[in-house]
Amino acid sequence: MRKTQAKATPEAGSQPPTRRLTLDTDLTIYHAPEHKRLLLEALDQAELIELDLGQVSEIDSAGLQVLLLGKRESLASGKTLRIVGHSPAVQELLDFFNVASYFGDPLVIPARARG
Amino acid sequence: MEEIVAVFIQEAREQLTEMEKGLMALQQQHGVSAPDAETINAIFRAAHTIKGGSGVVEIRVIERFTHSAENVLDQVRNGAIQLNAAMIGDLLAAADHLGALLDAVEQGESGEDPALAANGQAIAARLDGHLGKGASVATSATPAVGAVDTTSDALESSGGGNVGADTWHISLRFGRNVLKNGMEPVAFLRYLLSLGEIAHITTLFDDMPVAAEMDAECCYLGFEINFRSHASKEQIEHVFEFVRDECDLQILPPHSKLADYLQLIEDLPEESLRIGEILVKSGALTQEELDAALRQQTSGATPGTAEDPPQVASIGSILVEQGVIQPELVEAAAVKQKQVGEKKAAEARLIRVHADKLDQLIDLVGELVIAGASAHLIARKSGQTTLVEATSVLSRLVEDIRDSALQLRMVQIGETFTRFHRVVRDVSRENGKDIELAISGADTELDKSVVEKIGDPLMHLVRNAIDHGIESAEVRAARGKPAQGRLELNAYHDSGSIVIEVVDDGGGLPKDKILKKAIDQGIAQAGDTLSDDEIVNLIFQPGFSTADKITNLSGRGVGMDVVRKNIQALRGRVDVQSEQGEGSRFTIRLPLTLAIIDGFLVSAGNASYVIPLDMVVECLELNAGSADRDYLNLRGEVLPFIRLRQLFEVEGEAPKRENVVVVRSAHQKAGIVVDHLLGEFQTVIKPLGTLFRNLRGISGSTILGSGDVALILDVPTLTALAGRRENESFATDRAMQ
Repeated sequence: MRKTQAKATPEAGSQPPTRRLTLDTDLTIYHAPEHKRLLLEALDQAELIELDLGQVSEIDSAGLQVLLLGKRESLASGKTLRIVGHSPAVQELLDFFNVASYFGDPLVIPARARG
Repeated sequence: MEEIVAVFIQEAREQLTEMEKGLMALQQQHGVSAPDAETINAIFRAAHTIKGGSGVVEIRVIERFTHSAENVLDQVRNGAIQLNAAMIGDLLAAADHLGALLDAVEQGESGEDPALAANGQAIAARLDGHLGKGASVATSATPAVGAVDTTSDALESSGGGNVGADTWHISLRFGRNVLKNGMEPVAFLRYLLSLGEIAHITTLFDDMPVAAEMDAECCYLGFEINFRSHASKEQIEHVFEFVRDECDLQILPPHSKLADYLQLIEDLPEESLRIGEILVKSGALTQEELDAALRQQTSGATPGTAEDPPQVASIGSILVEQGVIQPELVEAAAVKQKQVGEKKAAEARLIRVHADKLDQLIDLVGELVIAGASAHLIARKSGQTTLVEATSVLSRLVEDIRDSALQLRMVQIGETFTRFHRVVRDVSRENGKDIELAISGADTELDKSVVEKIGDPLMHLVRNAIDHGIESAEVRAARGKPAQGRLELNAYHDSGSIVIEVVDDGGGLPKDKILKKAIDQGIAQAGDTLSDDEIVNLIFQPGFSTADKITNLSGRGVGMDVVRKNIQALRGRVDVQSEQGEGSRFTIRLPLTLAIIDGFLVSAGNASYVIPLDMVVECLELNAGSADRDYLNLRGEVLPFIRLRQLFEVEGEAPKRENVVVVRSAHQKAGIVVDHLLGEFQTVIKPLGTLFRNLRGISGSTILGSGDVALILDVPTLTALAGRRENESFATDRAMQ
């Protein structure tokens, strides 16, 4: 199993700190505790977090819960969590659970959008 | 292959066996009385479990196909349609097809084989043909039971009546441990899609605690779903059967009464207002409906809108009615939960263990037995009482461990027998015969490795009995037998061995033809005087099975030598008794276990021998006067005996007093004359090398505590030998006279 590579790179100066968090392992229960830790850590250190999920090939309920937790925490503390890259799997699940609007991120609607 | 798929396939096969077993039972009951509800339920559950499992592992082909079978079974269960023979036939065909589908999955075939698919469609179509007035009947039946049927009223969704939404409403709260138990909420919801369409879904995670306390491996999710489907409530509930114990599930049918929604709002863990909002947002309720409901909730009996008093009363009565309907539903759910619970409990009592691990354990126990015996021997030689006592306790414990370790390998033969219901049904149908299979002693236990290897020989004997043993109905009628043939499979324990019998009431073996053929082939000599039993047992001779011109014999003997070889490989033997015109009885005799036995240690000359203790009847001293005879008078009974010294050509003088061990095998007693009796001894059987494979009278070897090797006597062969000798001498005596 690959080790999660979370690249957290501070961008352009430190105030207001923006962090980009890339999760490129599967957002499944196997990694959920680790992802939760990474996400909360990032939320702790920055005002704006950009979460790149473009490489995520698999996501399950546990993974979704971590995302929901992150979003809820960010809203509660007045910070911003933005998902910037939706892999097809992530997008599909957010759609399926009808939670995309909760995250409020711009989604690329595929050409053959749902009827 | 993914592990979960492998597990699914294994479980599906077990369920398939259950299904087949149930169907065969139904077929036997059919025409006798009304089908047994429990059996139908069992079949339905099996089919349903397969469907559910295939849904979870996302093998859609199986899921779809099983669904057809399940529909039929469901209607049979509900009494909507009557079970008939054709239906059972189609369901059996469906079970076969499922087996084929499982094979395909197991072999990793991703695309569906067109022939297989066509076959599946044909079966599914036949199954659908059995369906009653369509699934819609079941759907509409659910909400209508005993209710003050407001659906038929033109009452609009203005207050106490029904709501406008035409969708089911499903409220689902998953338990904390769902994820940890390996279940995936997404999978259940996707599976729900196989029944209909999710019109709207709201994901709730209000339960999720603050970040620090949130456990990423716990499930905090809940869903409010508007579901458009023609499925019945039961079918929707079934979707969640695997998590039934671990989730909170509430289902409201389309056009449910407002009161139901009210109840739902009250029942759900979240704030009433929040749920209300969700319901409105999702389109389950209109804002007016919600307002009316909430007003009712707060002010009790205050009428909602412009209702006239009787209508208010009827809301109350609807609730009472709810009380009437609900218990039934609750009861049904409770019963189902109990069944699921019981099943789980049964599963929990079983552990799957790899057979290799068991074998390893048995091996170790075997070594332990030898080491224990050695320690005991040394202790006895040392003469220290305390040490001897300690080793005695140890020996007893080792004995117990040995017994329970062996017990682990014991399985009931019933499962092997049950398979033959199907074989008998299919083969007899092919031959146009009507044959009943009677099974007895299905709970007889024997070693697992024996059970696995006995299947093929049994199959051979059963097929032969159907093909050639039991006559066609016309012949039977002419012979004055009942038209239905009878085949028996019996199993029982008999003096340290397991006996399995295959009995038919057919024509029996034609002795003249067998003898003639045996002589033709040089297996028997023309001048031999053979008893009837000896003649029929000639069919087990190698070479007898070659193609034959006598048509009604061909096949009857085919492979019989193979059958015997297989059984002998298990240290067993097979015999046949046959009465012309009355039938045949094949008797297979197998040792109880393959690894360790309780033995009785004896000696002749310098060598030790072990006799399986189960076969020992008694021991006596040999009278001095019987030196030149091969039999003795045992309480008025003639007991033939053999002398080990003579048999194994042991040199040296026999002691003054010799002993006789009386053994019994297959209802035949014989004596074995030995020098000394050394007592009981736990024996770990070590097979003899290939060099000694053809040795007669010895079935194996074992190592004594002293490190010496002792040979294990093959008692069945020895008793047979003693009996034969007696016969021979009797025959010579008669000839001399």
